[in-house]
Amino acid sequence: MKIDLHEKRIPIIKIGNYLIVSIQVDMHDKLAIQLQSQILDEIEKTGAKGVLIDISVLEMVDSFIGRMLSGMASMASIMDTAVVIVGMQPAVAITLVELGLEMPGVDTALNMENGMEMLEKRLREEDNETFESH
Amino acid sequence: MTSDKNWEELGRKNLESENDIVMARQLVRHYAKQLRMGIVDQTRVTTAVSELLRNMYNYAGGGEIKIFSGLVDEKDALIITCSDSGPGIEDLELAMSDGYTSGMGMGYGLPGAKRLVDRFEIQSKVNVGTTVRIIKWR
Ligand SMILES: Nc1ncnc2c1ncn2[C@@H]1O[C@H](COP(=O)(O)OP(=O)(O)OP(=O)(O)O)[C@@H](O)[C@H]1O
Ligand SMILES: [Mg+2]
Repeated sequence: MKIDLHEKRIPIIKIGNYLIVSIQVDMHDKLAIQLQSQILDEIEKTGAKGVLIDISVLEMVDSFIGRMLSGMASMASIMDTAVVIVGMQPAVAITLVELGLEMPGVDTALNMENGMEMLEKRLREEDNETFESH
Repeated sequence: MTSDKNWEELGRKNLESENDIVMARQLVRHYAKQLRMGIVDQTRVTTAVSELLRNMYNYAGGGEIKIFSGLVDEKDALIITCSDSGPGIEDLELAMSDGYTSGMGMGYGLPGAKRLVDRFEIQSKVNVGTTVRIIKWR
């Protein structure tokens, strides 16, 4: 096995029906793109129903990273998987709005616990809908 | 363009790779913090720089950033200059408008960066290059 010490892969953890991703580094553009496809691959492989992405240590989200996150959320929703962005710092949220970047379709939660609750609620609602339509 | 010999140069960095964008914005954050700017202003100026440097990397193949502290209109300011010797911008007004992109972006980099700072000055000459100076009061 070849190990590249310079490669900063961001780990994706699977717990039950969910994937959990914690971004701990300031990402350059290629790393952000790599993470996006890594998460989509993992959704496909595992059939995960939800993804929690913790960005609480990110001190900045610019248009590129913002677009990566919203693009991933919309692709995941096509695969029937919900994405919740967790822990965005208030300063980051303010800056994103001023930048003019709206992230349509991106759900956000204050912390992991709330994010998890959002996903569970989503799944329950979906179950009910399936039940009602039969 | 606003300039002053009495500004103190805090740092500079050449932009050659994508990772230099990351290092440069961390440098800007470092000095903004050192100048005791608030957390929201630190984030604003860092994000603006990230947008400007990505443009220089994408459209001009690289560039240079210089960070100063000093007085502008008798007010304490953080002053940042980003410059490149790329193709330049033909129609500045068009480039500065929301949603205009010549590539595959969303066209929010330049107008967005302008909204995040207190002063925004841009100079560009076709086939010579582009210089953007942003100023944030401390
Ligand atoms: N340093 C530069 N040198 C040459 N052209 C530039 C430079 N910066 C910006 N431009 C031109 O101005 C346009 C608008 O830039 P802006 O950053 O607003 O949008 P974008 O880069 O196209 O998209 P986004 O920033 O949303 O990804 C660019 O598409 C490009 O044509
Ligand atoms: Mg841009």
